[in-house]
Amino acid sequence: MKLAISSNDGNFNSPFSARFARCETFIFVDTKTDAWEAKTNPAAAARGGAGAQVVQFLAKQGVEATITGRYGPTAMTALKAAGIKAFVADSGTPSELLCKLQDNELEQVTLATGPSLHQ
Amino acid sequence: MIIAVASGKGGTGKTTVATALAQTLARNRFPVAFLDCDVEAPNAQIFIKADLDQHKNVEMLIPQVDADLCSSCGECAEACQFNAIVVLGKQTLVFPELCHGCGSCAMVCPDKAITEVPRTLGILEAGLSPDGINFGHGLLNVGEPMAVPVITQLKKWHDFQDTDVLIVDSSPGASCPVVESLRGADFVLLVTEPTPFGLHDLRQAYGLTRELDIPAGLIINRDGIGNADVDAYCEEVGLPVLLRIPLERVIGEGIAQGKSLLDIHPEYETDFRALYERIVPLTAKGAVR
Repeated sequence: MKLAISSNDGNFNSPFSARFARCETFIFVDTKTDAWEAKTNPAAAARGGAGAQVVQFLAKQGVEATITGRYGPTAMTALKAAGIKAFVADSGTPSELLCKLQDNELEQVTLATGPSLHQ
Repeated sequence: MIIAVASGKGGTGKTTVATALAQTLARNRFPVAFLDCDVEAPNAQIFIKADLDQHKNVEMLIPQVDADLCSSCGECAEACQFNAIVVLGKQTLVFPELCHGCGSCAMVCPDKAITEVPRTLGILEAGLSPDGINFGHGLLNVGEPMAVPVITQLKKWHDFQDTDVLIVDSSPGASCPVVESLRGADFVLLVTEPTPFGLHDLRQAYGLTRELDIPAGLIINRDGIGNADVDAYCEEVGLPVLLRIPLERVIGEGIAQGKSLLDIHPEYETDFRALYERIVPLTAKGAVR
């Protein structure tokens, strides 16, 4: 499974970003091999609709699950439409969060967990 | 002549000033219209008390995708500047509240899969007040993020623009709704309170009037509180202070009861008449006359 974890600096061992649509980078992990790569989030500076744009980006990358701090309503609608599973965490590094996900310790959500932050 | 009232900071007395000016002009037999463009929280009607007998829906055209015709090529998503339409695999998804109604998606769609359908954003209401003010306001639906289309359509509705004097009451701030309210005005009447917060936001609002190249003047409301920094700023940038309204508990109490400034203090009619006489020569139109 291809997993996307929101990140500030694209480092596998520094704290993840609790922000989803406007995080700086995403860490993409292949959960079979634990191989990972970081990619800049093109929606980080969107004028509006970052939640919609970021999910479009993740869907194009073939992502099947995401981990972040909270999801806004636009992002959640798009994630559901794209069939991407959404997990939340309070803190941790991508490395730690990957372990937690594999140990079924992360909560999966299907409703927005934060407000819309448009404009 | 169009006089827009703006402030930067909220709660400085825009509506108090705008309604007092409109009522003064109406009592002096000027044909006067009033548009409350603060469509997120219109409250001038509390003081104007117009008989709102005209209503109109504000609609915007948004895309509707025919999934049978759509080839998921993504050109619509590419064209949209606001991410209001995205392609997720085989599915093209529209986010109505993000759409600005430009129609680019329908224009670029090679499959002709997009039709534009109306979506209601709010309503407009208009009517005449007992003292003869031709009044209109817009009401943005709760939860809608975009005020600008409601303001644009309110300003185009009826013949408000052709009245001898049109007073436009704007929302606070210096963002898109304020720009849309001020556009086309001959003069901007800024209202502030003489506090650091009032001054901070006044700088932004005055900067906006300069950006839009509209002459401006200032009313200092709740005069006597805060400090003299607003006066110093006005002197520094050459912004004329046209009127001062001292802080008085009786004004606050009256407004909380739905009374206009002229209901509370009828003698302010003289001040607002003088204010209007000072505004006219400051406008490009007034200077020509």
